[in-house]
Amino acid sequence: MSKYKQYILVCGGTGCVSSGSGDVLDEFNKLLEEHNLQNDIQVVRTGCFGFCEQGTIVKILPDNTFYVKIEKNHVSEIINEHIIKGRKVEKLLFKDPQTKETVAEDEGMNFYKKQVRVALRNAGFINPEDIDEYIANNGYQALGKALTETNQDEVIDTLLESGLRGRGGGGFPTGLKWRFANKAKSNQKYVVCNADEGDPGAFMDRSILEGDPHSVIEGMALAGFAIGADKGVVYIRAEYPLAVERLEIALNQAREYGFLGENIFGTGFSFDIDIRLGAGAFVCGEETALIHSIEGYRGEPTTKPPFPANSGLFNEPTLINNVETFANIPIILDKGSDWYRSLGTEKSPGTKVFALAGAINNVGLVEVPMGTTLREIIFEIGGGIRNGKKFKAAQTGGPSGGCIPTEYLDTEIDFDNLNALGSMMGSGGLIVMDEDTCMVDVSKFYLEFTVEESCGKCTPCRIGNVRLLETLEKISSGRSKPEDLRKLEILGQAIKDSSLCGLGQTAPNPILSTYHYFKEEYEAHVMDRICPAGVCKDLIKFDIIENKCVGCTACARVCPTAAITGELRKPHVIHQDKCIKCGACYDTCRFGAITKS
Amino acid sequence: MAKIKSLQDLIKLKEDSKDKIQIRKTAGEKDKIVLKVAMGTCGISAGAKETFSALIEAIDKHGLDNVVVTQTGCMGYCHAEPTVQVNEPEKETFLYGNITAEKAEELIVKHIINGELLQDSIVGETHQRAE
Repeated sequence: MSKYKQYILVCGGTGCVSSGSGDVLDEFNKLLEEHNLQNDIQVVRTGCFGFCEQGTIVKILPDNTFYVKIEKNHVSEIINEHIIKGRKVEKLLFKDPQTKETVAEDEGMNFYKKQVRVALRNAGFINPEDIDEYIANNGYQALGKALTETNQDEVIDTLLESGLRGRGGGGFPTGLKWRFANKAKSNQKYVVCNADEGDPGAFMDRSILEGDPHSVIEGMALAGFAIGADKGVVYIRAEYPLAVERLEIALNQAREYGFLGENIFGTGFSFDIDIRLGAGAFVCGEETALIHSIEGYRGEPTTKPPFPANSGLFNEPTLINNVETFANIPIILDKGSDWYRSLGTEKSPGTKVFALAGAINNVGLVEVPMGTTLREIIFEIGGGIRNGKKFKAAQTGGPSGGCIPTEYLDTEIDFDNLNALGSMMGSGGLIVMDEDTCMVDVSKFYLEFTVEESCGKCTPCRIGNVRLLETLEKISSGRSKPEDLRKLEILGQAIKDSSLCGLGQTAPNPILSTYHYFKEEYEAHVMDRICPAGVCKDLIKFDIIENKCVGCTACARVCPTAAITGELRKPHVIHQDKCIKCGACYDTCRFGAITKS
Repeated sequence: MAKIKSLQDLIKLKEDSKDKIQIRKTAGEKDKIVLKVAMGTCGISAGAKETFSALIEAIDKHGLDNVVVTQTGCMGYCHAEPTVQVNEPEKETFLYGNITAEKAEELIVKHIINGELLQDSIVGETHQRAE
């Protein structure tokens, strides 16, 4: 076998693919061939590096050079300078926004310094479509050892000792879930992987499946062995075509190698996995609704108990875990529970993947030990707030979670601390909001989402949430009465208490948490009819300050409704009856002559 | 027929596949040894490419998994090409000259494995670097 001397890793995650990484990869292959280097240097399409903000990412090894924002036309320069002459192309390296210095290696970047990659151990390192690379990095070793050297109870005991908690949001101890499914008596049991990642802004499960599908397959096979199931199903949304494609490739390879199928590792244990595509309904992330959807019924939840561990898919005992949970399992069994416990906190061991989004400099995917503070994630890894604005709140847990204000930035993140703050871990979406965000507007956004996604089966969720949304709309449009605020709280609590499933039980969280932390802002909307952040259109007004206006006509030219009139070099006027409050004039004026109030 | 029938099969396949990712893995290690081969025009015409390949083969042959070979630009010692710089963590950096492909294995065995210097091949650094 000829040995490659150098590797060019090109990110093949969805983020980078949409910024053109496919073309970059083809160009590298083409130019390497032109220079007759194709046998010396291998171009590898890897999974997500996480630094999606800077895509397309290209990393050259063993030089450890990390190039960012690479486009097709940069490729020849990298080949000619770096590959042939051994000189780093300075202008394509990452520039630290704070120190303004270029950083050649990812280890030197704040974005990577605090990260510990466990679930993402192979993403951005191996080619996800090559099972040999997964195996070379200890892949399927945990499965082989579990099957040949241990028994079901030992596997479950290791998981219990590791303290791993479900990464899908609830944080239920994974080992306990496995024990319940193991104890359930039946000839047929199932393992289900929940890949119905539905929180707006969350994409960790997608990235794991795209970057390291075999880790999920191995985790599921281990689960099958531990609970005595021979069938597995991955329920994944059809909106993730690349993840589905890589998963299918990986499943076929695993079958070919004998990690799926009959008589795995010659032990008589059989297990295989099917893929079920979901249509993207948020409620199908709820385990009972997910099960019904797999069965071919409408994706609606049912009451628990019975829990899926006793009566799940086709009324048989079913173990459901999320993608990230499964991806953690092989490495825990391989390295042991003590190793896993050495990461994270006492009650929430291990690491958690977060999808950073919103008003933050380094949008991307990060994996940090539990117990890392929000401040570290947002200001060190995330590089702080965009455009030098002030931090206002961080939203965790998606539409089921809540907002965390500045005074709790130093909270160590784990399942229990986030719950105590009225938010939740959720699947790991972390949306950062700056001072220009109106918290009433944010609540409205999330509630619109849950109203849209409510399956309609139970009344509190179907009708209660609509009433809540109407109340919020009244508040943001300046038509509310003081008692509406009280109504929000009472109704919100009632919906939480009486809804059938997790969707309804958590739907009011965004409102309740923002009302708790930003009460003055709600009151300003209701009592004073103003929106302090200047977002709610019905509550803001644009005016021209006469003595500052030089009459340049710039504002009048951008106004889409011709609401601004005036003569050249004379102060202009905004006609409030025509103004739609789009803010175009405000953004255009270079003389600070337009006020927003 | 399944390719892997036992844990031994898997371990064998893992060993066989190790090469595929070894360089990538080593590159991420903190305590790796880096051999820098000067690959300017002068170095290449003096046989630096062959040296580069020979170093990799020697590393492979001796099963070293903490050494990587990278290329760098001309270091200015054109009289002694091909030149190879050895960077070991927390140790003095050595620059060797006239490391032809034939000498590559000697460098690996003597310097890296046995910790001896190749006295005849050392090039004294004659310049200082701008900080």
